[in-house]
Amino acid sequence: MTTPSSARPDFIQVDHFSFHYGEKQAIFEIDMHIPEHQVTALIGPSGCGKSTLLRNLNRMNDLIDGVRHEGDIRIGGTSLYDPSVEVISLRKRVGMVFQKYNPFAKSVYENVIFSLRVAGRSKKSELDATVEWALKSAALWDEVKDRLHDSAFGLSGGQQQRLCIARAIANQPEILLMDEPCAALDPLATLKIEELILELKHQFTIVIVTHNMEQATRCSDRTAFLYMGKLVEFGKTMQIFENPQNAATEGYISGHFS
Amino acid sequence: MKIPTTTSFATTGRSRKGEPWVWLTAAGLTFGVAMALGLFLLILIKGGSSFWPRRIDLLEVSQGSTVEKVAGYITQETQRRDAAGVLHEEIQVFRGNKDLNGEAFKFIDRSSIKSTSRPETLLLVERLEYGPAIVSAVALQTPAGRVPAGSSEFEKSLANILDQGEVAREKLLTIERGKIGAISRELTHLTRAEKSGTKDPQALSARRAGLQASFESLQLEAATIRRNLAESSFSGVTADGKEVTYPAGTLLDVFPSNRAGFFQRAGEMLHRMTKFLREDPREANTEGGVFPAIFGTVTMTLVMSLFVTPFGVVAAIYLREYAKQGTFVRMVRICVNNLAGVPSIVFGVFGLAFFVYFVGGGVDHWFFADQLPTPTYGTPGILWASLTLALLTLPVVIVATEEAISAVPRGVREAALACGASKWQTIQRIVLPASVPGILTGIILAMARGAGEVAPLMLVGVVKLAPTLPIDDIAPFIHPERKFMHLGFHIYDLGFQSPDAEAAKPIVYATALLLIVVVVSLNLTAILIRNRLKKRFAVSSF
Repeated sequence: MTTPSSARPDFIQVDHFSFHYGEKQAIFEIDMHIPEHQVTALIGPSGCGKSTLLRNLNRMNDLIDGVRHEGDIRIGGTSLYDPSVEVISLRKRVGMVFQKYNPFAKSVYENVIFSLRVAGRSKKSELDATVEWALKSAALWDEVKDRLHDSAFGLSGGQQQRLCIARAIANQPEILLMDEPCAALDPLATLKIEELILELKHQFTIVIVTHNMEQATRCSDRTAFLYMGKLVEFGKTMQIFENPQNAATEGYISGHFS
Repeated sequence: MKIPTTTSFATTGRSRKGEPWVWLTAAGLTFGVAMALGLFLLILIKGGSSFWPRRIDLLEVSQGSTVEKVAGYITQETQRRDAAGVLHEEIQVFRGNKDLNGEAFKFIDRSSIKSTSRPETLLLVERLEYGPAIVSAVALQTPAGRVPAGSSEFEKSLANILDQGEVAREKLLTIERGKIGAISRELTHLTRAEKSGTKDPQALSARRAGLQASFESLQLEAATIRRNLAESSFSGVTADGKEVTYPAGTLLDVFPSNRAGFFQRAGEMLHRMTKFLREDPREANTEGGVFPAIFGTVTMTLVMSLFVTPFGVVAAIYLREYAKQGTFVRMVRICVNNLAGVPSIVFGVFGLAFFVYFVGGGVDHWFFADQLPTPTYGTPGILWASLTLALLTLPVVIVATEEAISAVPRGVREAALACGASKWQTIQRIVLPASVPGILTGIILAMARGAGEVAPLMLVGVVKLAPTLPIDDIAPFIHPERKFMHLGFHIYDLGFQSPDAEAAKPIVYATALLLIVVVVSLNLTAILIRNRLKKRFAVSSF
């Protein structure tokens, strides 16, 4: 795998992190270091805490009432929970793509530059350049360049999801979180997104939650297997899938339970 | 024991399939629709037909030994049993000529009618006072001389007189209501200035003299117009032979009901409808038009939506998005919902006490103290009526907005937050635009409720006859303190408070029809706006 030499191996540090939804504990003392400019896949059966972990990386879970956490998560050495960290500026550094494509009821153009708009940037040339760059990066430019000002709902499902990716990267974040980005897409659209992920990892650090084993093997460099809120195994994707150290991991990837 | 064999697949009974219940629900719907349609049709037919110029019958009625001639059209057929138990078939005839007969209607026993005819000479004459008259023309008196009926000049001269009358009435209105009104307003200002003693008294008295002079010249002008009008008149004879003369000034319209063909009658119907829509009411509202009531209803409803929308939306946003969901918020929500069930008259009493006396009285005390004890805002008016109805319809808007806001998918909100938007930016840029159609639905419902409400308005601003509109050409052009007329109240007033309820009946139906049309068109406008916005803010299929 080609990794830029400057990449930090422990860019995101999850340090003894536990997380509770009210009475229910969803994550138990997870320790993992996610390297920069690589794709890290989180796999595991439903309810294992992988989405919870992902949504903690941009503090999306803060929106829910009655949550609390122990331990710490650091990005580039700074704790997310440091009182000086503003959640809004954190989310500008950590983009997110959701399971269901969710473009806004706006034009393609306005969808892409939404993050710039809310940041108060409105210089036309900058916005135009951002739209073109983000849509090209999301491999969507050629398909939509003639209808930038049409409603985003006119696009196909796969196009809408790529538009959401363009929207997430428009603000040039360092990290891109993807929560089952292909779950609502057909195989062809899925393939396109996977190609895109391989392309995007040169610019962003990507953490992806997936239920699809093949997807994890195809596009991730590292894989973490979570089970019942605990990190069971974490390592190079090849190693996890070909030579799992843990019986539960082996059981899951060979399809014995889901 | 033998198990019975099933010979067919149709083993499920009717009641298990729920067929009777399907029928019952269908019957319920049918009943409801039929009632609504019936009501609407009744109003449509009765309201619409009141404008149709009907043929006039000339009846010869025997009264003992004498024979009385009655001209008019039948409005009703009834049966009456007299003291001896004999059944009488009676007809109610509208014969007009209230100035001569005292009553515009007459009940006639069918058995006493000797003959019925429709002479073409009978005319329906509309006058400024006493409602319509039914007469045959005798002659016209013009400045050029007498024109007898039947002469070739008659039609032209009559049209001339009618035109002349209309022009003169308009002139008199501008002089008396417009110019003289302006002078009297200025005189009031002068009096106030003289009392305060801040201005040079000599200049003031000079101004007063000037005003007095122009007032007198205007009065002279008006008198001249009146004198010219008095030179022309219409004279006719009623069915029972009484001679009448109507001066040009009081003559509004002369229509040959029996001579006119279909198209002429249709034209007259349109003419009457436009007059109904455009004119001010006359004669205790039983004649003339309802324009001030239409204007008042629409203005009041629009001002009400102007108040209720921002309040309702803001309250709903706080309730749904910011308030911590718990017992307190739940109680607030229950209270808001129950507010919708409070009888509207209670809102009227509240509006009178709070808006009119407390707020309005305060405004008068602070800003219009020089006009006290005459209240300016401390008296019922269109502003207070709109505010009272805004309060009344607030729950509708709050509930609709809350539902619309909570229907915005969570995924879209999260996407906005993940893009670095703050909560307020998410609400403002994503949630609110997506909720606009739902919010508009709430406003539509509020408008429908508000426009049809009458009871509270009687306490906070509606009057039987408002001489001026709340918006006109006299500075400052918008007069939120003025009292206004309302179609709903107009119906009540005509139907139950008018001196001649029988004569007012057609106009009641017509007004009811108009109220429905006004409410429906206000709603249709809002629905059109909503549908356009829906297209703009279409939410994805997810």
